[in-house]
Amino acid sequence: MNPVKTIEGKAYPFGLKNVDTDVIIPAAWLKTISRSGLGKGAFEALRKEPGNLFDSAEYAGSPILIAGDNFGCGSSREHAAWALADMGIQAVIAPSFSDIFSGNAFKNGLLTVVLPQEAVDRLMEVAKTDSIHIDLENQVVTTPFQDRFTFEIDPFRKHCLLHGLDEIGLTLASSDAIAAYETRLNTEKPWLAPQMI
Amino acid sequence: MNQPRTLYQKIWDAHVVSARDDGTCLIFIDRHLVHEVTSPQAFEGLRAAGRTVRRPDLTLAVPDHNLPTTARRDASGARIPIADPESAQQLEALEANAPAFGIRYIGDADREQGIVHVVGPEQGFSLPGTTIVCGDSHTACHGGLGALAFGIGTSEVEHVLATQTLQLKQSKSMEVRVEGEVGPGVTAKDIVLHITGVLGAAGGTGYVIEYTGSAIRALSIEGRLTVSNMAIEHGARAGLCAPDEKTFAYLKGRPMAPKGADWDAAVAYWQTLKTDPGATYDKVVVIDAADIAPSVTWGTSPEDVVPITGTVPDPASFADPSKQEAAAKSLAYMGLEPGTPLREVEVQNIFIGSCTNSRIEDLRAAAAVLKGRKKAANIRWGIVVPGSGLVKSQAEAEGLDRIFIDAGLEWREPGCSACLGMNPDKVPAGERCASTSNRNFVGRQGPGARTHLVSPAMAAAAAVTGKLTDVRELIA
Repeated sequence: MNPVKTIEGKAYPFGLKNVDTDVIIPAAWLKTISRSGLGKGAFEALRKEPGNLFDSAEYAGSPILIAGDNFGCGSSREHAAWALADMGIQAVIAPSFSDIFSGNAFKNGLLTVVLPQEAVDRLMEVAKTDSIHIDLENQVVTTPFQDRFTFEIDPFRKHCLLHGLDEIGLTLASSDAIAAYETRLNTEKPWLAPQMI
Repeated sequence: MNQPRTLYQKIWDAHVVSARDDGTCLIFIDRHLVHEVTSPQAFEGLRAAGRTVRRPDLTLAVPDHNLPTTARRDASGARIPIADPESAQQLEALEANAPAFGIRYIGDADREQGIVHVVGPEQGFSLPGTTIVCGDSHTACHGGLGALAFGIGTSEVEHVLATQTLQLKQSKSMEVRVEGEVGPGVTAKDIVLHITGVLGAAGGTGYVIEYTGSAIRALSIEGRLTVSNMAIEHGARAGLCAPDEKTFAYLKGRPMAPKGADWDAAVAYWQTLKTDPGATYDKVVVIDAADIAPSVTWGTSPEDVVPITGTVPDPASFADPSKQEAAAKSLAYMGLEPGTPLREVEVQNIFIGSCTNSRIEDLRAAAAVLKGRKKAANIRWGIVVPGSGLVKSQAEAEGLDRIFIDAGLEWREPGCSACLGMNPDKVPAGERCASTSNRNFVGRQGPGARTHLVSPAMAAAAAVTGKLTDVRELIA
């Protein structure tokens, strides 16, 4: 995975609340067996509206998306994170995210930034004219107008993002601990092994 | 004396492999269900990295999302080709990946095939006190048995396949206590729709919910699976119902459940799986069962719930400006006017099925309303999709299929079907569907489709009258 350090550029001032993963990428696009190419299907229904945000030349290729509360709610489809990444988005800023979506985003190097609604409202204004800067190392979002919003992020996720670390590789380094747990389980709860059918 | 613990805490503690200083734990996963939509890229990732599946014995693969619900094999047993090449490709990928990685596979023509969340409990693969994951957000369903079950994304599917663990931080705990007795015509689905209306679509975000109270204890296991199934619709990653004698009776003798002395040891352990007196939850919500009516959604979020006796709300009636805007958009999409009684809303389609409501009890409830009745003339399309081949056989043995067919509905093969329309079962644009599924999102049942979430009995009532209907009027 590519390391994520700073993200700077235009942002889509989207702002909608409860954006579910069916809106981000409709089910018809889930039939792929590969991770790439889903950007074409991102926000498909919204893009049918003339003059929509995502097809406007003004915002094309923006690396940041600003959304409302509970972004990414609904299904567990990781295709939502893949679709956003495929359309060039590197970070989403919102007052809250669904648990599953933020996990999926993290695992694909897509940064989710949680900021209070007032900060999000202000960034929505700025995004209409100017670019936004996200500094992961210092956990701060800034604008050309001296706005400065700090955000919290899980230290482990931050570490992995900054260094582009693969989570499976990290876990496999704990193989001995997993094997020890399995041995204990076989002794304490032998009935847990599923019966063969 | 040990600190009193919640059920969630007990299951969590029993699965910690190792813990980091920041609170992230490596959690052992007891059961992994795999389906064809969220797994191809995970298997591809394993191949690319030269990794294997650590515990194929704890993994079960079942295709469900893409399968047509019409006949799958011809008279000679050969597969009838799936029209959509991409659906066929996903099915073929799972059929190849499961044996290649040594994973047990229940295929499209096996009588045990069905929706993963119906198959897991039915086979006794899902057990109380276990951690269960699947690349599907409705995995919380298995919490109805007292399992800590939750949906994961494809990278996590790959992580579990490779390591049989996940790196997780513990969620907060919430108790949703439903006390009292529900009235006639009120089912598990109405309880969970009501809970979703009360909590809101994000009310459970960051929490694992334990559903407690006399109304939950009174539910059958099928009913508890229905309630837990929709935990994600109020934002909770997992929902739990403490296991009890009903749970043990449900599981006893299931093919993959423990047998003999193992069974006794398992039950002894499962009996300890309850929240200790004095344990505290981070949040408690109490609901009076008497407040719950047969319920229906009017909008495009599962939180948009009203009693069937209610009316379509005026967007201006919401305090939150962004909810006002969302409600106005929902009503435009749904083609509804504020103030319209829900009971006057005509529907053209009926879908009885999905991991929420496709178990035998659901089909019995729908059949009880439909028996001796016909669908209304304006019902263009109505399908009943059993949750598994075993549910289908059971329903046929009880003659339920005849009741549905005589009423003018179609009796189909098991799968996810019109819940999300990945297979050919879709609701046409602009038409309404009374649906027993779990999501009324924009375009969920097909582009432009308008979904009203209801219980199986309510869907059956809508089939009879051709509009959203208070089932109590038909069962009185």
